[in-house]
Amino acid sequence: MSSPEILRTPDGMVRLVRPVYGRVLAGVAAGVAAHLRLPVGVVRAAFVVLSLMAGAGVVAYALLWIFVPQLPSDGPVAAAGTGTVTGAPGAALPRAAGPAERRQAIGIAALGVAILIAALALGVGRYMGALVAPLAVVAIGGAFLWREADETRRERWRRTAAGFARPGRAALWRIVGGIALVIGGLAVFAVGQLDFAAARSALIAVLLTLVGVAVITVPWLARLVRDLGAERRERIRQRERAEVAAHLHDSVLQTLALIQRQSTDPREVQRLARSQERELRSWLYGPAGYASEARTADDAGGPGATGGWTEAWAGAWGGGWPAGASTADTLDNDGGTPRTASYPGSHKSAHPAADPSTGRPHPQTLAVALAQVSGEVEDAYAITIEPVVVGDAPMTPHLAALVAAAREAMVNAAKHAGVQEVSVYGEVESGTASVFVRDRGSGFDPTAVSPDRRGLAESIRGRMQRHGGTAQVRSSPGSGTEIVLSVPVLADAVSADAAD
Amino acid sequence: MSPCRVFLVDDHALFRAGVKAELANLGDERIEVVGEAGSVNEAIVRIGADPPDVVLLDVHMPDGGGRAVLDQLHPSLPGVVFLALSVSDAAEDVINVIRGGARGYVTKTISGRELADAIVRVAGGDAVFSPRLAGFVLDAFSDKPSAASVSDPELDLLSPREREVLRLLARGYTYKEIAAELFISVKTVETHASSVLRKTQMSNRHALSRWATERRLV
Repeated sequence: MSSPEILRTPDGMVRLVRPVYGRVLAGVAAGVAAHLRLPVGVVRAAFVVLSLMAGAGVVAYALLWIFVPQLPSDGPVAAAGTGTVTGAPGAALPRAAGPAERRQAIGIAALGVAILIAALALGVGRYMGALVAPLAVVAIGGAFLWREADETRRERWRRTAAGFARPGRAALWRIVGGIALVIGGLAVFAVGQLDFAAARSALIAVLLTLVGVAVITVPWLARLVRDLGAERRERIRQRERAEVAAHLHDSVLQTLALIQRQSTDPREVQRLARSQERELRSWLYGPAGYASEARTADDAGGPGATGGWTEAWAGAWGGGWPAGASTADTLDNDGGTPRTASYPGSHKSAHPAADPSTGRPHPQTLAVALAQVSGEVEDAYAITIEPVVVGDAPMTPHLAALVAAAREAMVNAAKHAGVQEVSVYGEVESGTASVFVRDRGSGFDPTAVSPDRRGLAESIRGRMQRHGGTAQVRSSPGSGTEIVLSVPVLADAVSADAAD
Repeated sequence: MSPCRVFLVDDHALFRAGVKAELANLGDERIEVVGEAGSVNEAIVRIGADPPDVVLLDVHMPDGGGRAVLDQLHPSLPGVVFLALSVSDAAEDVINVIRGGARGYVTKTISGRELADAIVRVAGGDAVFSPRLAGFVLDAFSDKPSAASVSDPELDLLSPREREVLRLLARGYTYKEIAAELFISVKTVETHASSVLRKTQMSNRHALSRWATERRLV
């Protein structure tokens, strides 16, 4: 019975026991003080004040003496031990009652007796006597409530605020019973004593009861609400942490495992690293880096917390893999059919880069679409594409054609330019959406393009013309290529956040 | 001409070592790495003790990051040029260090050769815009129907020429290519870029100050 766990309720309160160690009379006050984390002097004073009410305090003390179990003699040591371990603030744990404390207790009692005598001399004792019956009933009802709250506090925390409104069935009956007892006691008393003096004393009794209940429960309720808030914040934080951990596991750790397995193939490693970087970037900052503005201030802490780590990772790979594999050999050898949608990366359209796994619903806009196709081409051809988009607009069939043509231009650059980097710049300005796809590669003579280069003629030029746009190719051998695509955008189609 | 003295600030030792090795392997006699620091406080002490010409500054570090280094050193050491280097492409990070006084911003995936060029360029007093930074600045200065945000036309608006230069920067053009494209001298392109940088740092435009306030820095 001396194990420390016995001495505490499940929620960490010191159990209500009567310690031998530190008692003056029966240890009731010391035990109650430890249980309620109050100074023992206050508890003793409360008993004395209650005793003034025609001996209610004495009755309470006697009842507690009877019903509260006495602590085994070796218990207090264990209690003191747990007290220091858990460090319950203000827990007045039983300790040996010194002569000073004994004197204080006796002093309080003497003061009570003095006040009682004075009250009797002044003739107010009568009214105090009338208080004892309702007070006893109220005390029993209050005890029910108190006990109920103590037992279910943990449960309420778990169920948050809903627990307050809808406690369990048994708990509900106990609360109803407690309240019924309180009201019933008062009602019986009021019906029994209808004369004016008694009614007045009943009024005083009710007032005192209410004040007493308030004094006891208000700080406790305040603490409960405070704890509830803290607990909820902690739970949200834990959930966010778990989400980040789960995401990192699903993405980065898996990719790192793949990279280790493919470490003999620099091209594949670069592709994996680049793809993972893009995905993580999209997760942290949103598509194309612009959605970060839409983030609420609340979740700004999440990315910040992982930023350093991310940087270590992406920095290591970004710096560790120079653009060495400049022999950008093409993946699909059937260059004559560039419109086949079977790029090795296209099966990844359900990749988190396209659909931010944050679950944030994002409208499909030009910036997002461009970032998405850039990623697909990057994945398929192991090159680096950094799309920069100024302004934005929601997707329309015209813009979809623009994006498809831009993708074709990127694929052409990846396959034919022989460089590792392609610049993509998109803008929505004064009713026109334009995309510039530029490489510093080998370049070609646009007038000498063979008719079988359907990619340029059909997929880019033809597509843009069908949608009322233009495609312009600027290239010459040795100085790279820039393809300029533009389509009109309806003025009212410019998205609201772009006009912000 | 004596080499440009470069100081590295980054909390990742691996990255510092990589940049040092990469710059050394270039055999570029224009650049000499004279020191490095792994934290904000270390950087403040070391740079203050022996000011280099150019500081390569990581944006994300514990204890306030690159912005804290800038706030501490930029006012007292106007001769030291800061070039921000980061893996983050988030608009608020980029704009934040530029408004803190950095003369340029490049991402960590930049090649060693380009980094060396960027260092020499900022050391010579020019601004260095990555395509993404150019995009952000264009976005921030775009003519959106919020005339109320223009309180100082001198600072809050870009000239058509500056806008053109920025657009070409965003398209991935070098200063030389921009000069050829617009039939102007490289010097003029540099002047436009510096002017845009100054406006980015000084302007109170809504978009720019919003980026700054989101980081609780204004």
